[in-house]
Amino acid sequence: MEAMVASAVGVLTAAGLYLVLRLRTFPVIIGLSLLTYAVNVFLFGSGGLVVNEPPIWHEHDNSYTDPLPQALVLTAIVISFGMTAVSVVIALAAYLSGDDDSINMTPGEAEDDAP
Amino acid sequence: MSHWIIVPVVLPALLAAFIVLLCRFNLTVQRALSTAGTAVMVVIATGLMLRAGTGAIDVYELGDWPAPFGIVLVADRLATMMVLLTSVLALAVVLYVIGTGWDKRGRHFHALFQFQLMGVCGAFLTGDAFNLFVFFEVLLIASYGLMIHSGGPVRLRAGMQYVVYNLLGSTLFLFALGTIYAVTGTLNMADLADRVAQLPTDDTALLRVGATLLILVFAVKAAVLPLHFWLPASYSNAPAPVAALFAIMTKVGAYAMLRFLTLVFPPDLEATQGLFDFWLQPAAMLTLIAGMVGVLGARRLDRLAAFAVIGSMGTLLTSISLLTPQGTQAALFYILHSTFASATLFLIVGLVQAGRGGAGGRIEALAPIARNGLVAGLFFISAIALSGVPPLSGFVGKLMVLDAARAASGPYWPVWTAILVTSLIAIVGFARAGSTVFWKANESAAAAAHPEAPPATGLSIVAIGGIMVLLVALTVLAGPVMAFMGETTDQLYNTTGYISAVLGDGEAAQ
Repeated sequence: MEAMVASAVGVLTAAGLYLVLRLRTFPVIIGLSLLTYAVNVFLFGSGGLVVNEPPIWHEHDNSYTDPLPQALVLTAIVISFGMTAVSVVIALAAYLSGDDDSINMTPGEAEDDAP
Repeated sequence: MSHWIIVPVVLPALLAAFIVLLCRFNLTVQRALSTAGTAVMVVIATGLMLRAGTGAIDVYELGDWPAPFGIVLVADRLATMMVLLTSVLALAVVLYVIGTGWDKRGRHFHALFQFQLMGVCGAFLTGDAFNLFVFFEVLLIASYGLMIHSGGPVRLRAGMQYVVYNLLGSTLFLFALGTIYAVTGTLNMADLADRVAQLPTDDTALLRVGATLLILVFAVKAAVLPLHFWLPASYSNAPAPVAALFAIMTKVGAYAMLRFLTLVFPPDLEATQGLFDFWLQPAAMLTLIAGMVGVLGARRLDRLAAFAVIGSMGTLLTSISLLTPQGTQAALFYILHSTFASATLFLIVGLVQAGRGGAGGRIEALAPIARNGLVAGLFFISAIALSGVPPLSGFVGKLMVLDAARAASGPYWPVWTAILVTSLIAIVGFARAGSTVFWKANESAAAAAHPEAPPATGLSIVAIGGIMVLLVALTVLAGPVMAFMGETTDQLYNTTGYISAVLGDGEAAQ
């Protein structure tokens, strides 16, 4: 199971990084969300992988799963969801106002704009 | 347990929600609330700093959960000083925004501004590594909104780059925290320091990976050289007052680095030996060189200011990377100076751009703006401060960094060469930009060619002047300020005080 989860994190991260390096905003955002999935699974595993145990310690039964990573993942999911939504909105606004969805800025643009 | 510690986090949060919900159509009320809230923040932060100045480390346990289990806010000298710095800067920026009318050019400026303050103050006060991540996200998501305030295609695309870069940084932050949690089983900073010190020395590979990732994340925030590419485009395209407020955001990265390199991974810790000392200092010096060469090569005023920020972060990080108490003391002084100096430069550049109307911030001789002499004088003072020429605090700060480098082990000539040569480059860069924009303007066309642009209002001049008075005060009172920084440094390196303040309460409550 460890090998499966570890390779899942690895594949997600690799795919995410590849997409983040693309030139258009849409694949970049998909890549970012793949990366956040990868980090969520990674955080989940950071307390150790335990199957079929409650996240509560009990004095007669010593087997439990670490509850803290679950709380961390919950926070991370909420934050990454919100961040992805914001990046989609900004990307859309940039595309609609500039009619161009490439992520890089040519030097000429940065030099000559008049805000 | 004093509840005042959490006020710098709760007050802006409540105020922002209040502004959005109840007075989003009434700009006057928004301005009044935002100014009043920020002024109250200054007063509270001053009170907190006076309390921490006695040497007390106050701990606030959220929800009254004892320390290693719940989240704590810790008000020590460094944290309260940074909160005070943030609120003073914010007050000046609010006055400037009202004076120039930036908040009329888009919706929700003041609400986002307050949320940003909440995130920055929370990041300084928190004593929990995961909570630090959460506050980083709060300040970032507010900064995304502020960065693209008033829109425009170029600004939106610069904003997109900024968002993507920072989301990558956040992902890296989570990977680092997960690794550190897997090794130590805690994310409370004091508990972390305790457990990292007790880790068996032959089993530290994973911890070293986590520590390096974490410092890399802070290096992204602080714009250290190979990771600085996000800064010039985003800061130069952000609205001027927002860029001035962002002067504190790079300092958040420097603060987090300082906190972790003294508390959790102190220089004498065996587990992380040789991890930071060999790359941090060269990277910091390269940052300094890249920043100041950028000042010389910039073709726009706003990019010049952005590169000046990178340069002053380079000086600051060079001082931090000495990893000695004297270096830290000099770095703390330089944080104050660099925040104020770079903020004024952005505000002045904003005045020039507004005065030129649609002509923008290119460094070329256009017709003089209204109140050309006054703005030129302000630019001159700000340039003196940023390039580190006497008589302002930049000179004092650089002198102390040089002195700290001389006292540190290892050769000091690379640091001296980097700082002194880049100072010269910065002087040339600022002189070229200033003389072209302000002096040659008078020769080129005597007639005022920007009738559509209103002259700078009194309030924005007052805001810039106020920060400059603080810069002068920092120079005149450098002795007392350095004494305070010395005490702060002692507190930082004497980690048992911090650890027992946080964990001691927890044990008593159990």
